[in-house]
Amino acid sequence: MQYLVSVLNDSNELATPEEDAAIDAFNDKLQAEGHWVFAGGLGAPASATVIDSRNGEPVMTDGPFVETKEWIVGFWIMEAPDLGAALRLAAEGSKACNRRIEVRPFL
Amino acid sequence: MSAADAGEAGEALARTHRQEWVRVVASLARRFGDLDVAEEAAAEAFAVAVERWPHDGVPPNPGAWLTTTANRKAIDRIRRENRRDDKQQEALMLRDEAPPEPLGAVDDDRLRLIFTCCHPALAMEARVALTLRMVGGLTVPEIARAFLVQERAMARRITRAKAKIAQARIPYRVASAEDLPARVSGVLAVLFLVFNEGYLATGPYTDPLRPSLTAEAIRLARLVRDLLPDDGEAAGLLALMLLTEARRTARVADDGALVPLGEQDRSAWDTALIAEGHRLVRERLASGEAPGRYQLLAAVNAVHTSARRAGDTDWRQVVALYDQLVRLDPSPVVALNRAVAVAELDGPQVGLALMEPLGEALAGYRAYHAARAELLRRLGRSAEAHAAYDAAIGLPGNAAETAYLRRRRDGA
Repeated sequence: MQYLVSVLNDSNELATPEEDAAIDAFNDKLQAEGHWVFAGGLGAPASATVIDSRNGEPVMTDGPFVETKEWIVGFWIMEAPDLGAALRLAAEGSKACNRRIEVRPFL
Repeated sequence: MSAADAGEAGEALARTHRQEWVRVVASLARRFGDLDVAEEAAAEAFAVAVERWPHDGVPPNPGAWLTTTANRKAIDRIRRENRRDDKQQEALMLRDEAPPEPLGAVDDDRLRLIFTCCHPALAMEARVALTLRMVGGLTVPEIARAFLVQERAMARRITRAKAKIAQARIPYRVASAEDLPARVSGVLAVLFLVFNEGYLATGPYTDPLRPSLTAEAIRLARLVRDLLPDDGEAAGLLALMLLTEARRTARVADDGALVPLGEQDRSAWDTALIAEGHRLVRERLASGEAPGRYQLLAAVNAVHTSARRAGDTDWRQVVALYDQLVRLDPSPVVALNRAVAVAELDGPQVGLALMEPLGEALAGYRAYHAARAELLRRLGRSAEAHAAYDAAIGLPGNAAETAYLRRRRDGA
């Protein structure tokens, strides 16, 4: 069972060196324990482009699809047997990157 | 079939539903790993019993009869809906129907079901609804009525919660040892919420007391207490509920107004419930463990129910218990309750002084204005008491409370 663990950000501040170190340590643990699938950081919402090809020709719009105070700054894809295990890992991840986190199952 | 047979079957059905529902649902949930299948099959099995038992007679072991029937219904349903691939279906059908070896106290199907329904990843209202449905066996209309929601909205809430459990793979098991205490407190919070909704209903137009809901909360609290005999807070919550429930009938006057503790007819209290509650409180005291929130509240209620007359209440003891509670939970509501007890011990002036700083935090809390009004009234500050009663009446609450506050205000 895989879970998308999204990291929520509400400012334009990037991770501090301490946060980066903690994230590295957490990633090492995920890999060592077999939970690691993939992880990555994302550009700010200002760097997003929305594409709509539903009517044939693609229409591009500058900016994110929804304006919110919080946005996703990065994510993990984790392998875990159930939500309980995923939540325990996510709790550690939230501490490591010092941000709120959303957990959602892959279907 | 004679009328007597029908009556006997009806009684047996009601009793079996009360005693066996959670066992049937829990064992199906474990076997099929799907709350939907478990619940629907259990409901179908009870429907078959309603049809058959009055004619065929009550089977010698009603619980086993229901489990077998429900298992068959579940397999039919899975076949019909073809919701699983063939291999998995086959595995389910072939699995031994004999009950598994008896498991330890904590490894119990029912407990597993309770922990699943009260999982912290579900919204509180979904936990309450799901627990009443899956563990309590209440129907969706019953739950909707209890919480003053439209039936369709309640059905949606339950469906959504079950979908989240299945989709996000909320584990069907009791929390691991490390987070057990935290998870138990969530389970107890759900039961306390159910109880309070029955004891002090929130709506202005509903019955102020709903005994079916308090009875259900007590039944489930007994179950949790039996399943987790070493958990002091589970015992404390059960004691708290029993000692509160014992005063229920004395709590509302013939004209529908609330009767406060000090004015209740103590001979109307239920002595059996009080004795059981006191026993639990003494048992917890004897354990020597530091009491948690529910145990302290139960102890406060034990003091109240020990006094033959309101004037005999050991307020010093009540204040001491609230002192402990404030240390555990320094919230304004606890501080307010402590202030009420202090007022009884040291006089209304002292109690009032403790209440004033809480005004900002509790401006929207009815009990705050009501308690303040009472102390102002005792001090003869009529105009201020009047205003405080008005503030309380203006806030949402139930009809019995409002009737009581109106009468007090007009007498102030």
